[in-house]
Amino acid sequence: MPDLKADSSQLVEIRGLSKSFPGVKALDSVNFTLRRGEIHALMGENGAGKSTLIKVLTGLHKKDKGSIKVDGLDFESSSPMDASSKGISTVYQEINLVPNLSVAENIFIGRQPMKFGMVDWKLMNQKAKEALKKLDIDIDVTIQLSQYSIAIQQMIAIARSLDIKAKILILDEPTSSLDLAECEQLFSIMNKLKEEGMGIIFITHFLDQVYQNSDYITVLRNGSFVGEYPIKELPKLKLISKMLGKEITDINELNNKIHRDYYHNDKKMFVKMEGIERKGVLSRFDMDIREGEVLGLVGLLGSGRTEMAKILFGIDKHTSGYININGNLVNIKSPRDAISHSLAFCPEDRKTEGIIPDLTVRENIVLALQAKNGILHGLKRKEQEDITSKFIKLLQIKVSGLEQMAGTLSGGNQQKLILARWLAMNPKLLILDEPTRGIDIGAKSEIEKLINKMSEDNMSVLFISSELDEVIRCCSRAAILKDRKKIGELYGEKLTENTIMNYIAKDGYEL
Amino acid sequence: MKPLLKNADKNLLYPLLALSAILLFNLFFTDGFFSIQIKNGHLFGSLIDILNRGAPVMLITIGMTLVYATGGVDLSVGAIMAISGALSAQLIRPDYIKGIIEYGNTTSLFIVLSIPLLISIILGLWNGFLVAFIGVQPIIATLILMTAGRGIAQLITHGLIIVFEHESFQFIGSGFLFGIPFPIILVILLTFITWLLTRKTSIGLFIEAIGANPLASHYMGIKVKMMKTLTYGFSGFCAGLAGIIVCSDIQAADANNAGLFLELDAIASVIIGGTINGGRFSLAGSIIGALIIQALSTTIITRGIPPQVVLVFKAFIIIIVALIQSEKLRAQLKDLLKRGRK
Ligand SMILES: Nc1ncnc2c1ncn2[C@@H]1O[C@H](COP(=O)(O)OP(=O)(O)OP(=O)(O)O)[C@@H](O)[C@H]1O
Ligand SMILES: [Mg+2]
Repeated sequence: MPDLKADSSQLVEIRGLSKSFPGVKALDSVNFTLRRGEIHALMGENGAGKSTLIKVLTGLHKKDKGSIKVDGLDFESSSPMDASSKGISTVYQEINLVPNLSVAENIFIGRQPMKFGMVDWKLMNQKAKEALKKLDIDIDVTIQLSQYSIAIQQMIAIARSLDIKAKILILDEPTSSLDLAECEQLFSIMNKLKEEGMGIIFITHFLDQVYQNSDYITVLRNGSFVGEYPIKELPKLKLISKMLGKEITDINELNNKIHRDYYHNDKKMFVKMEGIERKGVLSRFDMDIREGEVLGLVGLLGSGRTEMAKILFGIDKHTSGYININGNLVNIKSPRDAISHSLAFCPEDRKTEGIIPDLTVRENIVLALQAKNGILHGLKRKEQEDITSKFIKLLQIKVSGLEQMAGTLSGGNQQKLILARWLAMNPKLLILDEPTRGIDIGAKSEIEKLINKMSEDNMSVLFISSELDEVIRCCSRAAILKDRKKIGELYGEKLTENTIMNYIAKDGYEL
Repeated sequence: MKPLLKNADKNLLYPLLALSAILLFNLFFTDGFFSIQIKNGHLFGSLIDILNRGAPVMLITIGMTLVYATGGVDLSVGAIMAISGALSAQLIRPDYIKGIIEYGNTTSLFIVLSIPLLISIILGLWNGFLVAFIGVQPIIATLILMTAGRGIAQLITHGLIIVFEHESFQFIGSGFLFGIPFPIILVILLTFITWLLTRKTSIGLFIEAIGANPLASHYMGIKVKMMKTLTYGFSGFCAGLAGIIVCSDIQAADANNAGLFLELDAIASVIIGGTINGGRFSLAGSIIGALIIQALSTTIITRGIPPQVVLVFKAFIIIIVALIQSEKLRAQLKDLLKRGRK
C-alpha cells in the first residue's frame, strides 16, 4: 500500500488548487500528486477541469488559490516555455504546433541547435529524424507540418515533448487520433521513461489505455477533486461511477445495444455513388446509402475514409464517376452545393476545420444555418438563442452561457458544439468523421443513442470511426477500406470486430 | 444581448479613454478648443475641424476594417484615392492636360462621381481577386496597386496638378448640409449603412468567421472567396469616395500627394479600434481610432509643433493604445501591480 503522504519521491504536489473563469469554477480545491516513476491517469468527464489543471501547472493560466510544489519547492510557472525549461514537458490537448513551419522546426522551436551563432539546419533535421524514429515514424522532416495528417501531427507533438530533457511528462489526450500500433509504440516509450524515473500525467477517455498503463488514477468531477486511487483499487465500473457521479452497476447501461441485425434494403435509396475515383488519392468505388441507414466507414488511419467523405461533400473533386441523390444525377462542386442537397459534414479536425474559437457558442452553432439561409434571411436573435439552447440541452454541452467564446470550451465540448452545428441544419445525410474523438464515456453513449434516434427519424448517417465497437453498435452495414481502396462491405451477423479485422488483414478474401 | 453589449463596451473603453485624454489636454492647454461658432449658419471650430479633416481617413478606415477582419489588409487605398481624384478632375477639365485652359461643356456631376467610384470599386475587386482567387498574400497583392496606382494617377493627369472649378462637385468636399460640413455627413451615412449591411444581415458574422477560420467557414457553405473579394471591392469604394472628397475640397488633383500615407493612418485606426486581423471587427472602434489620430495631428499642429513631429507622436500613441488593447499585457501589468503591493 503506497504512502500518499509527502515523501521525497513526489515530483508534483498540488493542494487546494482553485481556478475560476467568468461564469465557471473550473477547479475547486483540487489535490493532485505525481511521484517519480509512475504513470498517473487524470480522469473526468468533458469539462471536468483536467486540461485546466494542466494549464495552471504549466503556467498557461494563473491559479486563483492553492499551492503547487514541484520537487518539494513552491512552483509558479510564468509560461509554458518556463515550465519546459524547468523540466515539465507537455503535449496539450489542442496541439500547439505551427502549421507553416517544417516538422523539424516544430520539434526544435525555441531550442534549435546552433553553430557559429546560426541555426544548424543539418543537425536539426537529423536530430528531428532521430526523434521521430523513436516513435517508428519515418517522414520527411523538412516539409511543412500542415502537409501531414493529424495523426502524424500528434506524433510530432509527442516526439517534441519526448525530446525535451524532462522529469515530468504531461500528455493531454495524446492518443485521440492515433491508431493501435501508434498507441502501442507510445505506451512502450512511456513505460520505458517511467522505469527511468520520470513521472507521467496521462489524460485520455479510453479506459482500456488507462488500465493498460497507469499506476494511479485521480478523478475530477465538475472541477472538484473526487479522489486518488491506486489502479488496483478502482475497477472500471467504479471509475465510471466516480466520473459520472452516479452508481453504474453494469457496463451495458452505457453500451446500449443499438446494433440492428439486418440491412434495410427495403428503404428508399438516398445517395448512390458510382465509379467514383480521385486519381492518386482514392481508387474507383461504388457506394450507396439508404434513407435512415447508418453506414460505417472503417479502415486504418490513412485508408481513405476521410477522403471518401470529402469527395461526397464537395470539398475534394472526383476525377471520374457519378453521384446520384434521390435518383437524380447531381453535381456537387463545393460544400455549399452539398449543403443545398441536405448533406452535412462534421469534420475530423475540430481545430482547423470545425471550431471558430473567437466566435461565441451561439454564433458557432447557427453559422452554417445562417450561411444556408443566405445573407438577407438571417435568423432573429431570439431564434438563434432558442436553437442554441435546444442543442446545448440535447447534447449536454457544458457552457457558462450562450455567449461564451467557443475556443474556451473544453475539448470534448467543442466536439459536441460542431455536432450541434450540423444537427441544427436538420440534414438528410449526416457525415460524421470521428465524431466521438475526445468525448467522455457517458457522452459517447448519449451520442450513439442520438444517432440511432435520428436514423429512426429517417436521417442517413455516414459514420467514420476508428473505434470498431462504436461502429458495430451504431451501424447496420459497414464499408471496409484499405490502402485508399474500398475492399468490401460487411453487414448483419458478419459485422463484428473480428470479421472486420480479418477482412482488412486478408484484403477482403472471404472469411 | 446583455453580455455582448458589455463586451463591446469593454473593447471600446481604451480607445475612448485615449481620445478623452487628448481632448482633455486641449481643454486645459488650447484656448477655445471646445468653442463652436456658427457663421452664416455653418458650424466652425476645432472640433468640427477634426471631424472634417478626419473624414477621408474615417472613410477608408471603414473599408479597411472589413478587409482587416477577413485577415487581410489593403495598402492600396491611398493610391486609389489619388486615382479617383485624378479621374474626377480629368473629367471636369478634359483638355487641361493638352494645355487648353477652357473647360468645354460642364461635365455632369453624375459622371464626375460615378466613373471614379466605379473604377475604384473595380480596382478594389482586382485586389480581392488576387487575394481570394489567386492566393496572393494581401500585403503583396495590394502593394502592387499601392505602387502602380500613383503611376496610373500620374498618367491620368499627365503629371500635372489639375486645378478646376465645378460648383456642385466642390460641394462634396467643402459644402455644408444642415450647417454641418458635407464630408462629415458622408462619414455618418457610410458608417450607418455599413453598420446596417454588416450587423443587420449575416454579412458581419460571415466576415468574422472567414477571418477567424476560413477552412471551417468554407465547410459551412460560406462563399469565402466571394466575400473576401467583395470586402476589397468595398474598401476600394471607400477609398474612391475619400479621394473625391480630398480632390473636391482642394479643387485640384495632385497625383503625387493625394492620400499619401493615409493607408497607414487607416490601418492604425483599425488596430487602435480593437479589430482583430482575422476575426472580430468594430466599426465604432475604428471611427474612434481615426478620430484619435486626427485629434492628435490637429492638436500638435495648433500647438505650433512642427508637422514632421506629428508622425513621431502618432507612432507613440499607436504603440501605447495597441499595447493597452493587448489583453495579455494588461494581465501582466495587473500582476505586476499586485506583486508590487505585496
Ligand atoms: N479560458 C477559459 N475561459 C472560460 N472558461 C474556460 C476557459 N478554459 C476552460 N474553461 C471552462 O472550464 C471548464 C473545464 O474545462 P477543461 O478544458 O479543463 O475540461 P477538460 O476536463 O479538459 O474536458 P475535456 O475532456 O472535454 O477536454 C469548462 O467548463 C470550460 O468551459
Ligand atoms: Mg481537456
